[in-house]
Amino acid sequence: MIIELLLAPLAAGLAVAVVAGPMGSFVVWRRMAFFGDTLAHGALLGAAFGLAVGISLYPAVVLCCLILALTLVALQQQQHLAGDTLLGIVAHTTLALGIIAVSLLPTVQVDLFGFLFGDLLAVSGRDVAWLWGGTLFILLLTALNWRRLLSITVNEELARIEGINITATRTLLMLMLALLIAGAIRTVGVLLITSLLIIPAASARRLVRTPVQMAVLASLLGAVSVFGGLLLSWYADTPVGPSIVVSAAALFVITLLLPKRR
Amino acid sequence: MTDTSLRSAPPAARPLITLEDVAVRFAGEAVLSRISLTLSAGRIVTLIGPNGAGKSTLARVVLGIIKPDTGRVQRHGSLRIGYMPQRIKVDDSLPLTADGFLALAMPGRSRERRAALARVGVKHLHKRPVQQLSGGEMQRVLLARALLRKPDLLVLDEPAQGVDVAGQNALYGLLDEVRQEFGCGILLISHDLHLVMAATDEVICLHHHICCSGTPEAVTRDPVFHDMFAGHPAANLALYTHEHDHEHTLHGDIDARGDATTCDGDHHDH
Repeated sequence: MIIELLLAPLAAGLAVAVVAGPMGSFVVWRRMAFFGDTLAHGALLGAAFGLAVGISLYPAVVLCCLILALTLVALQQQQHLAGDTLLGIVAHTTLALGIIAVSLLPTVQVDLFGFLFGDLLAVSGRDVAWLWGGTLFILLLTALNWRRLLSITVNEELARIEGINITATRTLLMLMLALLIAGAIRTVGVLLITSLLIIPAASARRLVRTPVQMAVLASLLGAVSVFGGLLLSWYADTPVGPSIVVSAAALFVITLLLPKRR
Repeated sequence: MTDTSLRSAPPAARPLITLEDVAVRFAGEAVLSRISLTLSAGRIVTLIGPNGAGKSTLARVVLGIIKPDTGRVQRHGSLRIGYMPQRIKVDDSLPLTADGFLALAMPGRSRERRAALARVGVKHLHKRPVQQLSGGEMQRVLLARALLRKPDLLVLDEPAQGVDVAGQNALYGLLDEVRQEFGCGILLISHDLHLVMAATDEVICLHHHICCSGTPEAVTRDPVFHDMFAGHPAANLALYTHEHDHEHTLHGDIDARGDATTCDGDHHDH
């Protein structure tokens, strides 16, 4: 009974959690948490744009996130302002613009709450198919470029000297992250999305010895969080997105109590 | 340093990379100016000079990380470059063993990676997380990574730092071995006079411009230099305070006058 009702949300949540493992690991390794927030905030602008011009919501969000990621890559080439300052400017400007744009839309009611905190229980079978498609696509790209991605994360100078195109690799990572965030907004919403990236990865850190182990374990912990969040939501009637994040945080606390692997 | 066997580079070495009249400015300030030099296969060139003289910047020009503002950098053919930076910082959040670090340069061949670690004397660190390596250990791992690439040109930034005397001797031997084996050119950045004298074909003294250059023999024949550096524990310090006459004589003298002024790159540009 529960399973039938929760099957689509569970499948959607798992799709996001699985790909959030490796992506979130990169976010943690590269200290890009704020980058994730910025993309997520910008997504609201994409949603408003989509509604305004009458194309469907999620393609517009995906497009907006991808464009925003490219813009951020370009902005980060300049040297005068620190990365987090730039991100702060972009994040809050796009969020403000998004909210204004939504408020100006005449007839449409946007489910702002669902957008900010997730709307997992409303996903359709088609959404699930899209999410898994996106997840497999990102996982494939990540696997094909794993050494390059890891190499620029460890040390950009050495990577460049060893013939890796830094800008292209970094751009690829940003675009994959943008795609993930656009899709993941469905599960935990704009405001909590970064937590789904960083909490499972952070939980995995103490228990692993290699980057691959960390990515895989982060995926598993993310999946468990989604599962736990849905159960919590079902039995305690709590909002799904925040419940998933709370589950992830609970797992994090548990891993802190485990003995550290050396 | 009596080991002269290291200075047996072939006379007509194949040029690898040539810098012509290179200048680099950061925020309007000239870090490097009028730098011309050639690095050749099988030859060891050492850059010495005070802190902030532009040694690392020059190395980064050679590595292709920095594009010079003016001048030309010509690479003769496609070069495989191995680089050993002074130190690198790997974020604590990234679980990475020394072997995993090497695998970034050479995936899949764990036997070769192990051999590379053994060669630089740190085979036992194979499974150690890179964050737990000491400065000297990390340098050796970095050297192993550079060697794995079978480089045409090897660039080493302060290789003797954090290495004891026995380790330094091993390092001279290793550099010579590597040069023989790969026929590669080597660019050293060094504060360490012993390393300079024992293992170098050519010394370039840098202070934003090339103050002087020549063979270590030519440099050591200079009596003033000899007085200053022979056997002094403070020899390394003395090097920072020497002053040049800025006549670029053929054998590249180092004219130390004993006062603590450093050479000023600008006054011989005009």
